[in-house]
Amino acid sequence: MGDEALALGALHAGLSGVYAYPGTPSTEITEFIQAHPLAQERGVHSRWCTNEKTAMEAALGMSYAGKRALVCMKHVGMNVCADAFVNSAVTGVNGGIVVVAADDPSMHSSQNEQDSRFYAKFAMVPVFEPATQQEVYDMMADAFAFSEKVGLPVVMRMVTRLAHSRAAVAVADKAAEPNALHPSEDRGWVLLPAIARRQYVKLIDKQKTLVEASEQSAYNRLVEPKAGAGAGSEDKPLQIVACGIAWNYVMEALQCGQVSARVLKVSQYPLPAAQLKALDEQGGEVLVVEDGQPVVEELLHAELSDKCTVVGRLTGALPRTGELTPDNVAAALGIVMPEGLPASEVLAARPPQLCPGCGHRDVYTALNKVMEEYPDGRVFGDIGCYTLGALPPFKTLASCVDMGASITMAKGAADAGVFPAVAIIGDSTFTHSGMTGLLDAANENTPITVVISDNLTTAMTGGQDSAGTSKFEAICIALGVPAEHVHVVVPLPANMEEITRIIREEINYKGVSVIIPRRECMQTLRRHLAKKK
Amino acid sequence: MKKDIILCGVGGQGILSIATVIGEAATKEGLTLKQAEVHGMSQRGGDVQSNLRLSDGEIFSDLIPLGCADLIISMEPMEALRYLPYLSKDGVVITSSKPFVNIPNYPADAALEAALQALPKLVRADIETLAREAGNPKGANMVLLGMAAAHIGVVSTDDLRAALGRIFARKGEAIVAANLQCFDLGLSIL
Repeated sequence: MGDEALALGALHAGLSGVYAYPGTPSTEITEFIQAHPLAQERGVHSRWCTNEKTAMEAALGMSYAGKRALVCMKHVGMNVCADAFVNSAVTGVNGGIVVVAADDPSMHSSQNEQDSRFYAKFAMVPVFEPATQQEVYDMMADAFAFSEKVGLPVVMRMVTRLAHSRAAVAVADKAAEPNALHPSEDRGWVLLPAIARRQYVKLIDKQKTLVEASEQSAYNRLVEPKAGAGAGSEDKPLQIVACGIAWNYVMEALQCGQVSARVLKVSQYPLPAAQLKALDEQGGEVLVVEDGQPVVEELLHAELSDKCTVVGRLTGALPRTGELTPDNVAAALGIVMPEGLPASEVLAARPPQLCPGCGHRDVYTALNKVMEEYPDGRVFGDIGCYTLGALPPFKTLASCVDMGASITMAKGAADAGVFPAVAIIGDSTFTHSGMTGLLDAANENTPITVVISDNLTTAMTGGQDSAGTSKFEAICIALGVPAEHVHVVVPLPANMEEITRIIREEINYKGVSVIIPRRECMQTLRRHLAKKK
Repeated sequence: MKKDIILCGVGGQGILSIATVIGEAATKEGLTLKQAEVHGMSQRGGDVQSNLRLSDGEIFSDLIPLGCADLIISMEPMEALRYLPYLSKDGVVITSSKPFVNIPNYPADAALEAALQALPKLVRADIETLAREAGNPKGANMVLLGMAAAHIGVVSTDDLRAALGRIFARKGEAIVAANLQCFDLGLSIL
């Protein structure tokens, strides 16, 4: 699997620590390292972090100390760690840092399609964007070495189809030794304005080196069309810029069809200026094939002269949204693929749903029962398995925006006069980004009821440890929720009367209250029982 | 020589174990393989699929293009129909005949039957009952693999048997034997 190739590549590159919060499609990277004998033997740090920001900062600390650190997250995690990430380009790094951003075009398991290459450009740091599982593995050693050479974090951009796709990978015989401890002596880590200004100039000065490195990178190459190919090969063959995984789809299509094209494979950014110049010299149509948002397409409008017509997702040559497929890329190249059987007319959609016996089900049953009495009330949701409570049969949730937003949106809505304003959030999401919002509400004693549906794990991503397990009552009380308004219940049909009574009472309490329905996730329970056998 | 296979079903039915056995056999035979999987939210009782591509040459795309799949191997009859546009005109559908109904609007029996009958090449069996009768209710997916074996082609039935043995070896001889029995049951269904 792409994620596993990445993890092994990092271990073989002398990794000292991985810092991550689980998120599809990045979770398997950290899990692979946690389970790997070499990581255990070397004592590589691999415990899950509370969120992506704490992960990025801890990695920065490890880098400061001279060692190589890996940070992994799904694309929206970049928003959470953005402060630390953007400033890490200004401080620079000591030990190498690779930041893995696993993007999810088509939103298979996400709330948006944001493209992490924008973040890298914003922070002015290099990006590696592999096309194949082999490249994923090979790039890790290069990315760490490059990070140390230029003194910047390197972004490794993955997409779902590469993260979760398997292929054979050739690996090194021997793992590199981890760096020795050598904490930085550089004052550049202290970003006081006077120092930050100097550091920022250094960062700007590095940009030329980064472009030169992209021009010389073996991962970027310009492939000339085969001589004597068919249609489209008049005097000016079509020119294609294929970024990352797009290379595979372009090659698949060119293999099937009778089109000849000059293809620039881009897997290391910033864009290689010399190769772009070569495209410009020929001129004509340049098709940009990139998974995610039209990052390169936008740039090429400025980089290429009037001799070129740039087409891609912005011009409609490719769909504006959704992931690339061999089909939409072939269509963009004008290649007609074989026709399959007609789509079936008897199909019904089969959306995901909460597992049978899941405690979240009982929580929603109870909430719905009480909320029926308050047609003007709203339940604000959050991110996890329990987001499925927005779908039938429960249809409980009014919102789901980002990690932790249930509590803060309930607070804002309560401030505006919504009553009752209820938040429902999972245990792991609460410690990820819900605690600060609860402090806001506690400080103002805002009349909201917060349900922390605690299944003792990070369930959505497959059951990773949850940072706050066994600490929730203490956390809520410490944040200022009165102890008598912190309740723990067991979400089971047999306890429905007790649960609904407590919800009703706390809704009518004019301040912040927390109800913690606590019962183990069915999936982890099943695994624990199987282990015992 | 290539074989493009779509494996599908409902989250939790064990399609990835089928992919693992085929993949193990193919890798052992020196074939190139790419296998795209679905993880995350959709695994919770929703529709799941995996694209498995085998070839003796280079494989570029992790995804199978429309109209190019040689086989659809499905743990559930309606799910088999979901991917028909990916199946080549002379492709084969190999499926469990038993619906998994966890949605209110599951198609009526007659409509589902008509749609399955209309397929150019269909192999189906009640794999759950067969596996249960063989004393290995968890082996339904290996019955299905047995049914598909003759159609996979690029790896032989013997290669698949051997791969199955290697994959389940760490679970003990009894599990290997039970799964081989299910696999052999599937072989006899044409």
